[in-house]
Amino acid sequence: MRRKGLAFMAVQTHEKPAGDTVSLGPASALSCRECGERFPLGPIFACEACFGPLEIAYDLPTGDPEGLRRRIEAGPNSIWRYAPLLPVPADVVDRPATSTNPGFTKLVEARNLARELGVTGSLHIKDDSGNPTHSFKDRVVAIAVEAARAFGFTTLSCSSTGNLAGAVGAAAARAGFRSCVFIPHDLEQGKVVMAAVYGGELVGIEGNYDDVNRFCSELIGDPLGEGWGFVNVNLRPYYGEGSKTLAYEICEQLGWRLPDQLVVPIASGSQLTKIDKGLKELIALGLVEDRPYRIFGAQAEGCSPVSRAFKDGHDVVRPVRPDTIAKSLAIGNPADGPYVLDIARRTGGAVEDVDDGRIVDAIKLLARTEGIFAETAGGVTVGVTKKLLEDGVLDPSLTTVVLNTGDGLKTLDAVAPTTGPTATIRPSLEAFRAAGLA
Amino acid sequence: MSVNVRIPTILRTYTGGQSEVPAEGATLAEVLADLEAKHAGIGARVLDDAGKLRRFVNVYVNDDDVRFAEGLETPTPDGAGISIIPAVAGG
Repeated sequence: MRRKGLAFMAVQTHEKPAGDTVSLGPASALSCRECGERFPLGPIFACEACFGPLEIAYDLPTGDPEGLRRRIEAGPNSIWRYAPLLPVPADVVDRPATSTNPGFTKLVEARNLARELGVTGSLHIKDDSGNPTHSFKDRVVAIAVEAARAFGFTTLSCSSTGNLAGAVGAAAARAGFRSCVFIPHDLEQGKVVMAAVYGGELVGIEGNYDDVNRFCSELIGDPLGEGWGFVNVNLRPYYGEGSKTLAYEICEQLGWRLPDQLVVPIASGSQLTKIDKGLKELIALGLVEDRPYRIFGAQAEGCSPVSRAFKDGHDVVRPVRPDTIAKSLAIGNPADGPYVLDIARRTGGAVEDVDDGRIVDAIKLLARTEGIFAETAGGVTVGVTKKLLEDGVLDPSLTTVVLNTGDGLKTLDAVAPTTGPTATIRPSLEAFRAAGLA
Repeated sequence: MSVNVRIPTILRTYTGGQSEVPAEGATLAEVLADLEAKHAGIGARVLDDAGKLRRFVNVYVNDDDVRFAEGLETPTPDGAGISIIPAVAGG
């Protein structure tokens, strides 16, 4: 491990020291995913040597899987039950008043959907709409808040396609941070309201998500952004680890068993890579049996750079300009795209995409069969699951888990044009009979 | 052509802490070569061994991502603003 210029700069700009003195549970260092260079824990996100993404290296509690399993099962019904495996202080479990305490959402066995799709094995929906702000983003933000606290930040920020903005606003309100978040100016009204209601500052940027992301990356290097914790920029290594809890929960809820197949949405690709990391950790710790699993990535056709690269056999992702109703996945330049390709290929999975019409159909299919109203990202994963089954890529006889990462109430615009009252009638039996609904 | 290059925090050790530096060149490749001449070592951080942009570096010329333009051959008009940004943000 070396302490170099950027780490020193981070140390000097915040109230609490970064580096080795910061205690974030089992987290031991930051490690470059590209070149392996290691850095002390701090609010940095890109490797000084090669620009590669930094991720958390751990000293995980090995040697007593049964004891660890019991400890997890005795923990709270939130992501904090997995605190021994996360970059958070050990006392996070003891202060629930400072967190939104997300996670431990339902894993729904989807028998009706399975029947409709011809699945003979078991099909499950990991329904993360049950989180405090109704998307999986509460998981990642909760981890980032702990890092922000450790590094002495007082303002939380992010670039967001909507869900993250709401999660940051809520977490900041509860934890006592100021928040100032940035979104594309043309998001769905539901997401704008949900991001604004928590009382922080919400700034619309005239451009798409990639423009917002670029703006935030520049702001962080400017004195204007001094002392700000951008959850998905300078706190991104910590933030991303929150998605590991999806893998932990799915396996625990399956009875400490790996699923055979997972279908995961792709925006930046971070979630998919961290789910893979979480599964590998569970295997390494002896908490689940070591056997093969396959990870499938799902994109909207109108923003499918990773799917395109997968199909073309490329290992780099060419950015695109997004044009899809699945705005929470509309990242044209996905930071973790190359790693998604590696994982899909390594595990024998695939990356597929569906058009907006199939996304809406899939939202309705899931609602009609399982009573789950997914946001557009859930329409993407269910739509891709259906397509992969039709194409014989997914094995219908195995255990498959499909992620729904957000609540349909946030993206009413997507289904409103084709969803509404069956009929509007006068309040009389005669009118009801005449409408043919009896 | 004279341009201004915005330097990310991660590379400011090469520019004496400056967040923006002037450079010369008619294309992005020429600008990066001039940057290397003035701030030795910075070129190898932005370009890989084959002389291509590293995959986790985004470069914008006047707000346009050069990957949507002509890459390293993207013209850099006089007075252009160039931004070098780590790509591993967001999501």
